[in-house]
Amino acid sequence: MTDATANGRRLPDRLDSPFKSAVLSWESLLVLVALGIFIANSFASPYFLNEWSLSDLTFNFTEKGLIALAMALVIISGEIDLSVASIIALASTLMGLALQYGADTPTLVAVGVGVGILCGAFNGFLVTGLKLPSIVVTIGTMSLFRGIAFIILGDQSFKGYPASFAWFGQGYVFWVISFELVLFLVAAVIFYVLLHRTNFGRRVFAIGNNATAARFSGVRVDRIKFVLFCLTGLMSGLAAILLTARLGSTRPSIAEGFELDVVTMVVLGGVSILGGAGSIIGVVLAALIIGLVTFGLGLLNVPGIVMTIFTGSLLIVVIALPILFRMIRERRA
Amino acid sequence: MNRLLKSRELWLALAILAVIVLVTLRFPRFSQPGNLLTIFNDTSILMMLALGQMAVILTRSIDLSMASNLALTGMLVAMTNAAFPFIPIPLLIAGCVVVGAALGAFNGILVWKLDIPPIVVTLGTLTIFRGLVFVVSGGAWVNAAQMSTDFIQLQRGTLLGLPILSWFAIVVAALVYVLMTRTPWGRAFYAIGVNPTASVYTGINVGRTKFLAFVLSGAISGLCGYLWISRYVIASVEVAGGYELTIVAACVIGGVSIAGGIGTVGGALLGALFLGVVNNALPVIGVSPFWQMAISGAAILLAVVLNARGERSKGRIILKKAEVAA
Repeated sequence: MTDATANGRRLPDRLDSPFKSAVLSWESLLVLVALGIFIANSFASPYFLNEWSLSDLTFNFTEKGLIALAMALVIISGEIDLSVASIIALASTLMGLALQYGADTPTLVAVGVGVGILCGAFNGFLVTGLKLPSIVVTIGTMSLFRGIAFIILGDQSFKGYPASFAWFGQGYVFWVISFELVLFLVAAVIFYVLLHRTNFGRRVFAIGNNATAARFSGVRVDRIKFVLFCLTGLMSGLAAILLTARLGSTRPSIAEGFELDVVTMVVLGGVSILGGAGSIIGVVLAALIIGLVTFGLGLLNVPGIVMTIFTGSLLIVVIALPILFRMIRERRA
Repeated sequence: MNRLLKSRELWLALAILAVIVLVTLRFPRFSQPGNLLTIFNDTSILMMLALGQMAVILTRSIDLSMASNLALTGMLVAMTNAAFPFIPIPLLIAGCVVVGAALGAFNGILVWKLDIPPIVVTLGTLTIFRGLVFVVSGGAWVNAAQMSTDFIQLQRGTLLGLPILSWFAIVVAALVYVLMTRTPWGRAFYAIGVNPTASVYTGINVGRTKFLAFVLSGAISGLCGYLWISRYVIASVEVAGGYELTIVAACVIGGVSIAGGIGTVGGALLGALFLGVVNNALPVIGVSPFWQMAISGAAILLAVVLNARGERSKGRIILKKAEVAA
């Protein structure tokens, strides 16, 4: 994590070996945590180790995970998008509205994706065009987008999505491998390449570490941030398609509270909330961990609201532990 | 700068007046003193919470756990009242403040001693506190029949024509005003928001000051826990769900800068009042309550666009020139 205290730390004479730094990395800690929870789950419930249980487990994180991939980039660039769940609500509502006018499946998908991108572009414009703080903008659009969904739907709901549409949320590509999981994995690979293997990704890190310096080095800061908000909108649109297809109905309250779960995933994945650091592998692992925890607790009949205690504590503990260790180490030195 | 701040509040007050006048043109009874007092009373809880949030935001932090804190202390006080109806209400209220402050101190300690970003800490405690409501209550509700008469009636009494609930808001606002403008604490809140590094050199303990801001927002959340429960006479897990962002919205509309260091008690109060007046006016002019959310969203966006005009720093301008040159 980059923070103020990093400035005061002395530089080491030589770096750790690649092997040592890989073992001590955040990702390997997450792998250990995931393994630990997996093993604990297998002992805790006899129903856990079963291919269909494990398949069901993936539905717990695929939709939020899709958004988390794009959110990771937004947070690395030093911004945040709290409107993602409301984009889902608006996209889902407009898909339902299109359905009332007899839209077929390809049109529904186009509406979902299109609404997502437009909402993202709106956020992006407010943040980069008008130079407003993203946290405030997206708290505003969070109310605005879901508010429009409420205006359209009121206390009603849209139902009756065609079977070909429902496949996106309920279908299996092969054996127990759901379409949602495949889409998530494909998106994860794309985002991995985008963030870690392209100029665009390097620029995202540069912006997060020092936007002014990045600007003076010729990085088009505003344009990249705008694209990132559009990407988050796009992924929220995709998540809206999956969620709507899986639930088979749209209410304005759909996906309420998703935004905080997504941010939790991203931060748990080792992305610095202050920007400038993070990895896609970490985010994927964090998504898996949240899926494992919520599914495992669900098998043990723990109510959803109590699960939030575990995910909330997980967030704080996983962030606090490395800081505690570092403080103890520095006190000794 | 001072004049600018003042005019910002003036504009907000004018906006509120405009809404009242517009609604009154069609429905003259809207602006009767009785109705205006009702709106004030309805908004009292939001006003107090906005003041607590403002203290935190001034220090470049944010407290997303206020609504969950409110729900948890509210549930605890309702259960205590249901089990031991003989405990005097003032004692219960004091208990609420202490419990709320303790929950806020938990946030504050993590921010102060471990240096975890406040948004992460309070995102975590938002879910933890809310989950604890379920754990302590077992998912059950505490309803009006289980609460004592005093518990429900205290805030409904009137003093000098105003409901006690409104007096709570007035007293809290006065205390926070004195704290912000007449004490070293208040100066410290503003100072670390404007420049944390310079604050360290002037001898301000930045971490501890943030901690105090969280204790204050926690204490106010706790107090509002009792007020909310006794006002709506139901304690459940869902109490004030999602309200944390309404509180932030009230601050933003009131001109409190999310970047820290800028904001006044008057602004935060007016921000909350604006939301209160709009929410009260909608049903009167026959707009479905489903419009409420979209309108407050639009109001937040409008407010930030207007506020941003006054906050732009010099650094940005240099960058602008570079952009033009490039």
